[in-house]
Amino acid sequence: MEKPSAPLAIAKTVVIATISLAVIVPMLVVVSTSFASGEQIRDAGGYVLFPTDPTLEAYRTIFSSPLVFRSLGVSVFVTAVGTLLALFVTICMAYALSRPVLGGKFMLMAIILTLFFSPGLIPMFLMIKQLGLLNSIWSLILPGAFAGFNFIVMRSFFMGIPTELTEAARIDGASDFRILRTVVLPLSKAVIAVIGLFYAVGFWNSFFNAMLYINDQTLWPVQMILRSYVIQGTSLTADQLGVQQAPPPQSIKMAVVVVALAPIVLVYPFLQKYFSKGVITGAIKG
Amino acid sequence: MTTRSTAQPEAPPAAPAPANEPHPGSDSSGASRGRPPRSLRSRLRRDWQMLVLMIPGALALLLFFYIPIFGNVIAFQDYQPYYTISEAPFVGLTKFVELFQDDRFGLALRNTLIYAAFQLVLFFPLPILLALIVDSMMSQRLRKAFQSIVYLPHFLSWVLVIALFQQMLGGAGLINQAMVRSGLDPIPFMTNSDSFALLIVAEVAWKDAGWGMIIFLAALASIDQSLYESAASDGAGRFRRTWHITLPGMRPVIVLLLILNLGSILTVGFEQFILQRDAVGADTAEVLDTYSYYTGVIGGDWSIGAAAGLAKGIVGTILILLANKVAHLLGEDGIYRGRPQ
Repeated sequence: MEKPSAPLAIAKTVVIATISLAVIVPMLVVVSTSFASGEQIRDAGGYVLFPTDPTLEAYRTIFSSPLVFRSLGVSVFVTAVGTLLALFVTICMAYALSRPVLGGKFMLMAIILTLFFSPGLIPMFLMIKQLGLLNSIWSLILPGAFAGFNFIVMRSFFMGIPTELTEAARIDGASDFRILRTVVLPLSKAVIAVIGLFYAVGFWNSFFNAMLYINDQTLWPVQMILRSYVIQGTSLTADQLGVQQAPPPQSIKMAVVVVALAPIVLVYPFLQKYFSKGVITGAIKG
Repeated sequence: MTTRSTAQPEAPPAAPAPANEPHPGSDSSGASRGRPPRSLRSRLRRDWQMLVLMIPGALALLLFFYIPIFGNVIAFQDYQPYYTISEAPFVGLTKFVELFQDDRFGLALRNTLIYAAFQLVLFFPLPILLALIVDSMMSQRLRKAFQSIVYLPHFLSWVLVIALFQQMLGGAGLINQAMVRSGLDPIPFMTNSDSFALLIVAEVAWKDAGWGMIIFLAALASIDQSLYESAASDGAGRFRRTWHITLPGMRPVIVLLLILNLGSILTVGFEQFILQRDAVGADTAEVLDTYSYYTGVIGGDWSIGAAAGLAKGIVGTILILLANKVAHLLGEDGIYRGRPQ
C-alpha cells in the first residue's frame, strides 16, 4: 500500500496516541499515587504522577489489615484451586471428546448448548443453596470449573495431534489414561498454559458470585473489597465532603486497586504470546 | 453468557464445524476406533476409560447448567424458600402476568432496551474502525505495541474498570480535581443519571473495543491483497477501496457478530450495572438482570425473579433465531445453516 496522505497520517497518529494514553494513564496514575506520600497527595489534590518521595506505607497498611490480607488469601486460593480443578475437568472432557467415542456427539451438543443459554440467576442461586454452598468458598470455585469456550479451544488443539502418535502408543498397549498422560499432555503445554491463564484471570476477576453467594466478610475475595472500599466508599465520601477534599486514605485505596490489578498485568505478557495463535485458531477456525 | 466480563472473549460460540469431526469412515482415529464395533457391550469395553474421563465434566454440566435450567420451573410456581421445588404449588402463568404488570419491570425493560441501543449504535462500530486503523499501520512494531495496549483492559475485572473510571471521572477524580483547580465547576460524570448511557458505552469501549477488534483483524488478514492492487491500478482511491473491498470482505464476520449481539441484546452487562446502581439510582441503572436479582434474591420474590430471567432468555433466543434467519435471507452464512453444507 502507498503512503497515506499527510492529514490522514496525522489524524491517525492522534487517534492512536489518544487511545493508548486513555488506557495507560489511569493505571499509571493509580500506581504512582499508591506510592506517593500523604503530603504530596494532599498538595497535588489527590493524584500524583511522579512520587517525589516514594513510600510503601500504603502497602504496609493494607497488608497488615486483616480484612484486606484475608481477602487476598481468598482470591489466591480460589484462583489456584479453581484453575487446577477447571484444567483437570476441561482436559479430561476435551481429550475424551477429541476422539469418536460412545455418546460423544450427545455430550458435545450438551456442551455447545451452554454457549447459547444461561440457566439464569435465580435458579443458579437456588442450586448453590440446595448444594449447601452458600457462604462457602466452594461456591466461588465449583460453578466455574468448566467453561464451554475453553473446552472448545482445548478440544480443537487435541484433535490436531496426529493420530499416528496416539495409535502407536495404543498398539504398544497403552490405555487411554496412559496415552493422555504420556503422549497428549506433554505435547499440549502451550494450550494448557493459555487455557489455564484464561481460567485464572476469570477466577481472579470474578466478583458477582461472591456478591451473590457469600455474606461472610471474612470470605470476601479482593474484588469485593475493591467494591466496598473503593467504589462505594469514594462515591459516598465525595458527595458528602465536597469535591475539593480528597479522601484522606487516598493512597491506601490506590494500593487496593493496584493489588487487584497487579496479578493481571503480571501474567499479561505470558497470556499475550498466545492470543493470536491459540484463541483465533480455536475460535474462528473452530 | 450472563455477563460480558468473563475473561473469555465474546468470540462466536465457535461450534466445532462438522468439517473438524473426524469422518466416521476415514479411520482417523486408528484401527481401534475406526470401524463401528458390533455391540454396545464391546463399545463400552473399548471406551470405558474415555467415558470415565467425561464424568467430572458431565457432573459440572449437570449441576451448574442442566439442573438449574430445569430449576426455572419455579417461574410457574408460587415458590417459597421453605418449599422444595417439587412441593411448590403450580400456578401456571400467574407469575408472568404479575411480572408484566409490575411497573419496575417495565422500567427495567425500557432501560435495558435503551442501553442496548446505545451500545449497538455507539460501541458496535468501534472495533471495526480500530481494526481498520491497525490494519493500515505501516510499522509492525508500533502495531504490535498498540495491540498489546488495547487488549489489556479486557482482562481487568469490571470492579477494577469502574474503580479506575471513578478515579478519573468521579466527583473527586483526577479530571474534576483539575477542573476545580483551574476554576471550573466540577461535572459529576459518574453520578449523573442523564448521561449514564454515555458513561456505560464509554466503559464498555474502554474495556472491550480493543479486544473486539481481534476478530476483525483476522477477517482483514484473509482478504486477497491482489484485489487492492488491481483496484488501485484501475484508479480506485483509498476510500473506494475500503468501501468496495475491505468492508465487503469483512461482511460475514460483521453479520455474525451483529447476530450474536442481537441475541444477547437483553444482556447489557450485569456487573457493570449492579456496581453503579448505587451511584446513579435504581431508576436509571435498573436493567432486566438487576431486576431479577433485586426482586428474587434480595426481595425474596423467587418466582417473579425467575420469570423475569426466563422471559429474558426466551426473547433472547427468539431474537437470535430471527436475526440468523434474516442473515440467511440476505445471503449470509449467519451462525449456522439449517442443513450441513
